[in-house]
Amino acid sequence: MRIHIPASLRQYADKKETVEVAGSTAGEALANLSSQYPALRRHLYNEDGKLRAFVNFYLNDEDIRYLQQENTPVKEGDSLSIVPSIAGGVPLQIGD
Amino acid sequence: MQNRPDAFFNLQSEVMKAVDHKTEAQPAALSNEEVQRYSRHLILPEVGMEGQLKLKAAKVLCIGAGGLGSPLAMYLAAAGVGTLGLVDFDVVDFTNLQRQILHSTSDVGRKKLDSAAETLAGINPQVEVRKFETRLTSANALDIFRQFDIVADGTDNFPTRYLVNDACVLTGKPNVYGSIFRFEGQASVFAAKDGPCYRCLYPEPPPPGLVPSCAEGGVLGILPGLVGVIQATETVKLILGAPREQSLIGRLLLVDAMGMKFRELKLKKNPQCPACGAHPTIRELIDYQEFCGVRAEEAPMTQMPAIEVEELKRRLDAGEDVLVLDVREPHEYQICNLAGHLIPLGDLPKRVHELDSSREIVAHCRSGKRSAEAVEFLRAAGFRKVWNLTGGILAWADRIDPKMPKY
Repeated sequence: MRIHIPASLRQYADKKETVEVAGSTAGEALANLSSQYPALRRHLYNEDGKLRAFVNFYLNDEDIRYLQQENTPVKEGDSLSIVPSIAGGVPLQIGD
Repeated sequence: MQNRPDAFFNLQSEVMKAVDHKTEAQPAALSNEEVQRYSRHLILPEVGMEGQLKLKAAKVLCIGAGGLGSPLAMYLAAAGVGTLGLVDFDVVDFTNLQRQILHSTSDVGRKKLDSAAETLAGINPQVEVRKFETRLTSANALDIFRQFDIVADGTDNFPTRYLVNDACVLTGKPNVYGSIFRFEGQASVFAAKDGPCYRCLYPEPPPPGLVPSCAEGGVLGILPGLVGVIQATETVKLILGAPREQSLIGRLLLVDAMGMKFRELKLKKNPQCPACGAHPTIRELIDYQEFCGVRAEEAPMTQMPAIEVEELKRRLDAGEDVLVLDVREPHEYQICNLAGHLIPLGDLPKRVHELDSSREIVAHCRSGKRSAEAVEFLRAAGFRKVWNLTGGILAWADRIDPKMPKY
């Protein structure tokens, strides 16, 4: 399946926009993605290994929170979008 | 509205207001001049006279007169929204001009509110602009929001974003949302009746350490234009009473200006949402700086081993053996540099072997934030003689070399 990487996280994934990964559930696909790009891990998972609350994951156009979360089954041809919260107008406010 | 030449219609509308309370907020008619100005709306059945009068009666509050607020406020003024509120406390600077089209080169140094009000009056003098020269806070947000029908969020930071959302939920005002990063944007309409709010989408903010820093910052100047115009469109549709399925309520629009792709995702109202759920726990505004961890992060930074630009200059001039480590990106190095050794922060772990831990190292970035991370990393890696250049290359440009460009 295909995972869409947002602009803010592309630097941790070799600047790729999309990455093809294997997996039968959303959780597996994301785990495979973060073993391929270890620098991504801390942006997707918190210290307890749970998916972070300020990053949303959409299977096609549905939030996996309202499906079966990480156990949501995925199949060939699906796309999973990572959608983190972004701050807005001037990007230097907090980060800089 | 005060300057309208046709006193008769002013008078008439005052009389109508007095007679019929149902149209209290709604002016009764358009002047001939207004009919001409809005003619392309009036001949559009979806707006028409009824819609144009709704626009004229509408009161929209724009949070921020910057990148998103510029196209937003300008199009709303042009469209004939009767009252536009602007909240901003900033001053126009040169770096704003690349995207904040409310402001011109000659406005640099002026208050954004003054510059914005002038631009809006130039576009449409019939619009009443209400200026709120203040930082939006938990203390003033509700009072300001209550004076308007719709809030359009063009803010640039997480604390204000959550504050705007919660204040919209508490006052029952729809929140027309836009957000941008580099060349990607998001837009939606939150806090509409029975629609999801921003907290349904993002229950909590990212910790400050995980917010992309200035290393990855920057924004394509046109992007806030794209997203701000989408916000203006949604605002106008809310005012006109467009059917819900036509609005962005319950949908998150993702804009990728680089690939020029628009995607949309479904948003659901979270029944457990602390702000708008069945049993809300947020019944009043909170401390959003604390909620977003902004203050908590400042404390450890002050204990960072640091050096001032004057001291670095003195040591370099004296010929002391100091390695200047520049942890910015190559494209920033091209803008200005201290002839330092360039290792972007993100590459530091794999290139740390290039550094000699027996030498004294002064790390710098643009303003001192990324280099602080670099110093922390190097100290943890066993480097003992590493300092952070306080204020970064910006401080150098301010205090040592005024000819150096600032960005």
